[in-house]
Amino acid sequence: MEWDWTFVWQILPTLLQGLKITILATVLGALVAAVFGLVLAIARRSRNAAVSRTVGFFADFIRGTPLLVQLYFIFYVLPDIGIRLSPLVAGVIGLGIHYGTYAAEVYRAGIDNVPRGQWEAARATNLSTRQAWIHVILPQAIPPMIPALANYFIAMFKETPLLSAITVLELMNQAKSVANSSYRYIEPMTLVGVFFLVISLISVVGLRFLENRYARVDER
Amino acid sequence: MIDWSGYIGLILQGALVTMELTVLGSALALIMAFAAGLGRLSRFAVVRTLATVYIEFFRGTSIFVQLFWVYFVLPFAGLTLTPMQAGVLALGLNVGAYGAEVVRGAVRAVGREQREACVALNLSRYQRMRHVILPQALPLMLPTFGNNAIELLKGTAVVSLISLTDMTFQAQVVRAQTGNTLIPFATILVLYFVMASAISAGMRWLERRATRGLDGVRA
Repeated sequence: MEWDWTFVWQILPTLLQGLKITILATVLGALVAAVFGLVLAIARRSRNAAVSRTVGFFADFIRGTPLLVQLYFIFYVLPDIGIRLSPLVAGVIGLGIHYGTYAAEVYRAGIDNVPRGQWEAARATNLSTRQAWIHVILPQAIPPMIPALANYFIAMFKETPLLSAITVLELMNQAKSVANSSYRYIEPMTLVGVFFLVISLISVVGLRFLENRYARVDER
Repeated sequence: MIDWSGYIGLILQGALVTMELTVLGSALALIMAFAAGLGRLSRFAVVRTLATVYIEFFRGTSIFVQLFWVYFVLPFAGLTLTPMQAGVLALGLNVGAYGAEVVRGAVRAVGREQREACVALNLSRYQRMRHVILPQALPLMLPTFGNNAIELLKGTAVVSLISLTDMTFQAQVVRAQTGNTLIPFATILVLYFVMASAISAGMRWLERRATRGLDGVRA
C-alpha cells in the first residue's frame, strides 16, 4: 500500500478533534497530579509513622503497576461500588493519581534539598512555621522542581493514548476508528506518531529553556 | 459461586507471558542502550547523529504509538511480526532509548583524570573503555536501569491491546467471562507490584556486586 496524501487531508480534521481531547486530558491530568502529588508529599512527611508508611507504600504500589491496569480498575471496578465516571473523567483521575506519585517524589526532593540551615535561620529570626514555609523554604524549593515537573508533564502527554483503551475519543482512538473503517493503517498511525513526536520535540526545547532558567542553582 | 481456580490459572499463564516479554524486552533494551549510548560518545559524527536520532525518536513518542505502528504499519512494508515479536521490538527499542541516555551520562561522569591516566598508560580505546571506564560507570547506571526495567514491565501491559495474551489481557478475559471486575484487576495489580519489587530487589543485589572492590574510588 502506498502513502496517500488525499486520504491524509481527509482524515486530518478528525485527528485534530482527537488531539484536542488529548491536550485537554493532559492539562486536566497535570492539575490533578500537581495537587494530589502535593497531598502525598505532605502526608509522606507526617510525623505519624503509620500515615507516612501507608502513603509511602501506596505511592510505591502505584508506581510499580501499569497505568493501563489502573485505568481499567477505575473504569470497570468503581461502577460496581456505585461510582460511575465518564471515560474522560476516569482517564484524568487515572493519569492524575499515577503521575501524582511521581510529582510527590519531586516535591519531596525539592523540599529536602533546602539546607537545614535555612530552617534554623527562619526559626532564629522568629518566623512562624507558616512564614518559614511561604517566605523561606518554598521560594527556594520550587524553582529547581520546575524542570523535573515539566519532564513528567511531557511523559504524561505521551501516555494519553492509553486512554483510548477505556474508550476516550482522543487522538489514538480517532486514528484507530479511522483506520478500522477505511482499512488503511499507514496514514492514521503514522500521523499519530508524527503529532506526538513534533509536540514532544517542541516541548523538549521548552524544557531546555526551563532548565537553563531554573535548574542552574546547584550547577557544579 | 464461581470456580476461581481455573481463572487464576489463566492469569498465571498471562503472568508467564508478561515475564517473558519483560526479560526479552530488557535484553534488547540493554543492547540498544549500550549501542546508542556509546554511539553518542563516538568519534564519528555519523554514528553520533544516528544515535541521537534514534534516541530522540523513541523518547518523543510513547510505547503505545510505537507498538501500534510496528504491529499495524510494518506489515505494509512487508515485515509481518507476531504480537510477541512486535511487543519485544517496541518495548526494547523504546526503553533502550531511555537507557542510552543513562549509559552516556554514567560514562561521562567518570572523571577526566581516569581518561588521562589511561592515555598515560598507553591503553587502547577499547582497553580504556573495557577495563577502566565501564567498571566505574556501571554502578552509576544500575539504579536507573532498575527503574527502566520497571517501566518496561509496566509497558508490557500495553501489548494486551494488540491481542497478546499477557496478564492484562487475561484479566480482561476473566472479567468478560465472570462479570467480576474487582478480583481479576486487583490480582494482576498485586502481581505486577510483586514483579516490580522483585526487579528492584535484584537490582540492589547487582549494585552491591558491581560496587565490590570500588571502595575509595568513588566519591
